[in-house]
Amino acid sequence: MALRRFRFRRKKEMPDGLWMKCQGCNQLVFKKIVEEHLSVCPECNFHFTIPAQKRIELLLDAGTFQERYADMTSIDPLGFKDRITYAERLSAEQEKTGLKEAALVGTGKIEGRQIMFGVTDFNFLAGSLGSVMGEKITRIVEEAQEEGLSLVIVSGSGGGARMQEGALSLTQMAKTSAAIARFHDAGGLYISILTNPCMAGVMASFASLGDVVIAEPKALIGFTGPRVIRQTIQAELPEGFQRSEFLLEHGLIDMIVNRKTLKKEVARLLNYLAPAS
Amino acid sequence: MINDGLPFEKPILDLARKIEELENNPSAKEKDLETLGQLRKMYDDLRREIYAKLTPWERVLVARHPQRPQTSDYLALMVDDFVELHGDRAFRDDVAIITGLGKIDGKRFLIVGHQKGKTTRERLSRSFGCPYPEGYRKALVKMKLAEKCGLPILTLIDTPGAHPGIGAEERGQAQAIAANLYELARLKTPIICIIIGEGGSGGALGIAVGDKLSILENAYYSVISPEGCAAILWKNAENAPQAAAALHLTAKDLLELEIVDEVLQEPLGGAHRDPEKTAQTVKEAILRYLGELQPLSTQELLERRYKKYRHLGRFLEGAREVTL
Ligand SMILES: [Zn+2]
Repeated sequence: MALRRFRFRRKKEMPDGLWMKCQGCNQLVFKKIVEEHLSVCPECNFHFTIPAQKRIELLLDAGTFQERYADMTSIDPLGFKDRITYAERLSAEQEKTGLKEAALVGTGKIEGRQIMFGVTDFNFLAGSLGSVMGEKITRIVEEAQEEGLSLVIVSGSGGGARMQEGALSLTQMAKTSAAIARFHDAGGLYISILTNPCMAGVMASFASLGDVVIAEPKALIGFTGPRVIRQTIQAELPEGFQRSEFLLEHGLIDMIVNRKTLKKEVARLLNYLAPAS
Repeated sequence: MINDGLPFEKPILDLARKIEELENNPSAKEKDLETLGQLRKMYDDLRREIYAKLTPWERVLVARHPQRPQTSDYLALMVDDFVELHGDRAFRDDVAIITGLGKIDGKRFLIVGHQKGKTTRERLSRSFGCPYPEGYRKALVKMKLAEKCGLPILTLIDTPGAHPGIGAEERGQAQAIAANLYELARLKTPIICIIIGEGGSGGALGIAVGDKLSILENAYYSVISPEGCAAILWKNAENAPQAAAALHLTAKDLLELEIVDEVLQEPLGGAHRDPEKTAQTVKEAILRYLGELQPLSTQELLERRYKKYRHLGRFLEGAREVTL
């Protein structure tokens, strides 16, 4: 009770929008400080979701990202309507994020080395996998193979396969996985980076299929969402359930890397596993 | 028929009851027999009429009918000399998926199928046909055996979805499904997949990647359960009928979207009204597919399988609508 009053007072003293609540520690943290720390909570090291563009800036050498298939957008193949139409939802998401779709793909450099790169943006319809994301990922996997490049994909998706495209979304899981299988068979190297949250159809396909799988700290990662599991088993979930540390402990990922050192670590892995000839 | 009816079957059941009454009436007159004939004709017409225009949600109910034939029924009705193989060689035997060797019309197959269970006890032991990661891993271990020994693979899909729970997450549910999608794309043997009941999302897809994917008339295949979709998008699970329609999850929808290769007709009133006839239809389809796939070289087979999935997806590129 005392704490709540304290927080309230503190918040009231400050102009709106300067503070944000951390999902990791539930504390109010100063927004500016978080931003200065690459959107990482200074109190608990929770890694906030960041836009795709920001991820490109953090991971790739400045100005090296060459986007491919930038003019690819979703259509509404089913004429899907819930309370609003899919088309309306798409426009709203485009307006909100400034993106055309939930994935950006292309080439770029990490410490001078050319790679094939993809990133999904959680802010666009929860980073869900539809025909566009499936096609973009599949194309860059195929092109990484053709162009002899290593592949790095940063995944973050709360929704998994996108409901509004029905089973077409579901089949994108099979499509991307089949492309990765070919890429691996041809000797290609794929580093998958999991960010908060990474769930369901995305996690049950391309995000899981890296030769090396890295997660940012405390990211929610899994198949079924925690809310559904809680409802199903009618019990509270264990502390830290489905977080990166839980996955590491259960042998499901290779390593957890802080955002601050992520680029360096990826470069180190590339140097080990696919040294430039 | 009278006691296991679905809500929309009520008019049919009422009529069936009337016919039964007349049939059992010892003091029936000539006139009554005439009426009986008319009623029987009405009964057939009514069934045909009602089943011809089932809503997507009603089809979901048929797909979930407790008496609907399951993998075990197909094993009994169309497979000879079945040898069940258990376990994932790592953790546990997940019986939500049955795996084993069997002959269909003398042809050897590895068979993998979801099994929901029939009695309460069986349903519980099979976790209602919702596999754990070890179920997907068991399927994969056996499918690799089939690849090595040159057996074609038949998968029968019938699950509400992969099991949602703590243990399933601890053991990598997402990773297990992903591994199957990856491996099924490259297994060097023909794979025939048939959705016999519920095709629930990733839990179905985990054994539904192959050279042929067909679906029974009243089965469904969906990215999410209608209830789950309704809970998220309508904020109310009771909107499941609307969600079922919006998701385009029926056999006919999936054929139009080119996601399935063929819709296999069910007997009037659904597969559970005549399991023998349904199994016969499924068996004929399997043999037909095998005849088509077996002459292909491994390279042709894998190339065709890759293209089958590569071509799925609809979007705009610039102003151009792309259907792959
Ligand atoms: Zn925090």
